[in-house]
Amino acid sequence: MVVSGLNLIKHLISSPTGFTGVVILIFLLSLSVYGLLFVPITAYSQWNNPLYWIDYPKTAAPSWTNVGLGPKLFEHMILNANVANITTSYIEGIRTISHRYSINIQADSFPNDFMFTYSAKYNAIPPVILINVLRPDGEKFDLFYSALPASQGFNNTYSERIFSTDKIVKQNLAQYKTLVNWDVNLINPQTMLFSELNKLEPLKGDYHFSLTFFLFDNTSTIENSGIILGGNTFGLMGTDDLRRDLAIGIILGSPVALFIGLTVSTISVTIGLIYGVISGYRGKRTDESMMRVNDIFYALPALPLLIILSITFGRSIFLIAGFLIIFGWVGTAKIIRSLALQIRTFQYVEAAKFMGQSDLRIIFKHIIPQLLPLTFASMAIAVPSAILGEAALSFLGLGDPSIPTWGQILHEANSADAAARGIWWWILPPGLMIAITGLAFYLIGNTLDSFANPLKNYFRRV
Amino acid sequence: MILVLFVTLLVTILLLGPPLDKILLENIRTQVVDQVNESNLKFQNPSERQSYVDKQVTYRTSILGLNEPWYSPSKLYTRFISTMTLDLGKSHFFTTDAGSSNVRDIIFEKVPKTLLLFTSSTIIVTVIGILLGSFVAARSGSIWDKINSIFAIFSNSFPSWWVAMIMIFLFAFTLQIFPARATPTTPPSDPLYLINLVYHMLLPLITITFVSFGAWAYIVRYFLINILKEDYISAKRTIGISKKRILYSHALRNAAPPIATSVALGLAASFGGSIIVEAVFDWPGMGKLYYDAIGVLDIPIIIGLTYISTLIFIVTIFIIDISYAFFDPRVKTF
Repeated sequence: MVVSGLNLIKHLISSPTGFTGVVILIFLLSLSVYGLLFVPITAYSQWNNPLYWIDYPKTAAPSWTNVGLGPKLFEHMILNANVANITTSYIEGIRTISHRYSINIQADSFPNDFMFTYSAKYNAIPPVILINVLRPDGEKFDLFYSALPASQGFNNTYSERIFSTDKIVKQNLAQYKTLVNWDVNLINPQTMLFSELNKLEPLKGDYHFSLTFFLFDNTSTIENSGIILGGNTFGLMGTDDLRRDLAIGIILGSPVALFIGLTVSTISVTIGLIYGVISGYRGKRTDESMMRVNDIFYALPALPLLIILSITFGRSIFLIAGFLIIFGWVGTAKIIRSLALQIRTFQYVEAAKFMGQSDLRIIFKHIIPQLLPLTFASMAIAVPSAILGEAALSFLGLGDPSIPTWGQILHEANSADAAARGIWWWILPPGLMIAITGLAFYLIGNTLDSFANPLKNYFRRV
Repeated sequence: MILVLFVTLLVTILLLGPPLDKILLENIRTQVVDQVNESNLKFQNPSERQSYVDKQVTYRTSILGLNEPWYSPSKLYTRFISTMTLDLGKSHFFTTDAGSSNVRDIIFEKVPKTLLLFTSSTIIVTVIGILLGSFVAARSGSIWDKINSIFAIFSNSFPSWWVAMIMIFLFAFTLQIFPARATPTTPPSDPLYLINLVYHMLLPLITITFVSFGAWAYIVRYFLINILKEDYISAKRTIGISKKRILYSHALRNAAPPIATSVALGLAASFGGSIIVEAVFDWPGMGKLYYDAIGVLDIPIIIGLTYISTLIFIVTIFIIDISYAFFDPRVKTF
């Protein structure tokens, strides 16, 4: 009986453990496909570039933690010209472009900071920018008024960020000190902007920010503008200390983990299969010496040597896969060898031998097909250890620096003392992802194993 | 067995080759520069001094055979000896408590701490694993059995160092029972040092135990159930020997050899893991040193640690192989 592929899949889906494994695997695959298709490729290459993530909040919790009772934390807001109400008017012959943002704030805490961004294209005469805000209580604060710097050349595009701690912003806010009844401390200008007048508490309601640009010639244009209100919660999984969106990190990590797991297990189990079959089939001296080599690899401590290897030869993801293969084939070779020793004595193999078939042909035609189902099971079971191995290396800081992996996210979390600081959203998801990936393959492998177990199949037919 | 041990060390050292060469070269250079500084040699200009130093370095390298290709016997020999004796020069970043920056001193200061944590956790896990495993084996198919199997599968899929981080979050941040850093706060001379050390060791210990006892119990259960099906066990039952006695003394004794083998495998896996767990907890052992040394790429320390951990690992496997012969008199290792 040769086990067909279709049979194998049927059996896999019909058993509850195998089914669970397949479901998790499909989830991971779709996550990987989603990541590869929809997450911008720049997020991959820019993962370690802090400038790319500058609009995001620092160490913000997942936004769903806000749901429920208790005070609501301020949710991070990133708004740009797409959502702004843009109007153009002529005031005394000057073209005026106004970007108006309406923001409804219902949080029980202040934002951490606020930031305005704009980018303008102009020639000889620089435009002038005026930023003001109309608060829910009807007060109007002018925040910023300044000319853009002199043009550097023809059609110069100038982009800037105005932070809440900007000197001009603070000076402007200081004018309104007399309006409020509490001690104003302009180290935190956002409290002044978003507080009620008679007590230091967040003022809820609609805020109307407007960024008005005065343009003095016809060729000048405003390319973009934006408002960022720094909050304590963000997105599905929050952000880390370097402001990176952890949801993107988790999504980008899954194709990498699947790649590592599948390549390493496939190649190392194939090597183990061939090695074991040759050793078991040849027997005698060949077997003895090949098994001694196997013993030596078995006695090598994997992790310390992996560390040395990646320090000596480099840290690319392909090299790491290669290192894991070096230690991955040993166990399979041993199991396959013991089975090949038995199959060798089966009558059809001996018949083939008497018919004068070459050793190579016997191995590939008669022995390996018998071992294939078990090989697939071993491949699935080998995946978790490969993923754990890569994660361990990344965790020690020896991962591929150019791609985000779950292990690396955990490495950074550990370096930043996330556990002792209680930043659970930085630790929990990557570890869970590593675990469920391992679990999926382990369940699939176990189911295949119970189906392809030589004790059940081979012995019944002898 | 001894041969395997030897070859393993040789392979390790071969792998360590290139960085080791760099270290030896660097050591020679510092030696030469020190000598030139101390001697009364006078030079016309810096370039003359530089050429003198270079000449001396090339001379000494050729004496030690460092300029030869990697397979030359003399070079292998030098390398082998310098690694075996941990003669790896000075660390660039680390010192012992006493202030020595010699790699050997630094590593020897850390080894006992690692052995303390690793052996104590192994002993605890062994005891719990055997007791729980036989408890479950006697009730195979019960709810306890199922819980144990599921727990074993789950605890195998989680990286132990991740569980360590979760433990810190739970016990150090949320409940505030244990300290987040496992480095003892009192100096070794203090009379309360031992208590402090044990207190700081508890959380890492609990973590390592928690992560590995499930798989352990699962292995014990697996082999015990196979043995409990044997005829001689049923024979003993009919004679009227109590169930407990059969389980703990007869069955367990016969299941010991395969269990011992699986332990070797398990220890191999958990050793690597507990190195990283140490780093997470800041336990002042080899793992922490490893983590820090990798952070600043202090190659001499990393090589020394690799060598020592390989040695510990091989010795552990060796001891288990011998104990195999003790459990199963039919097997003679030598």
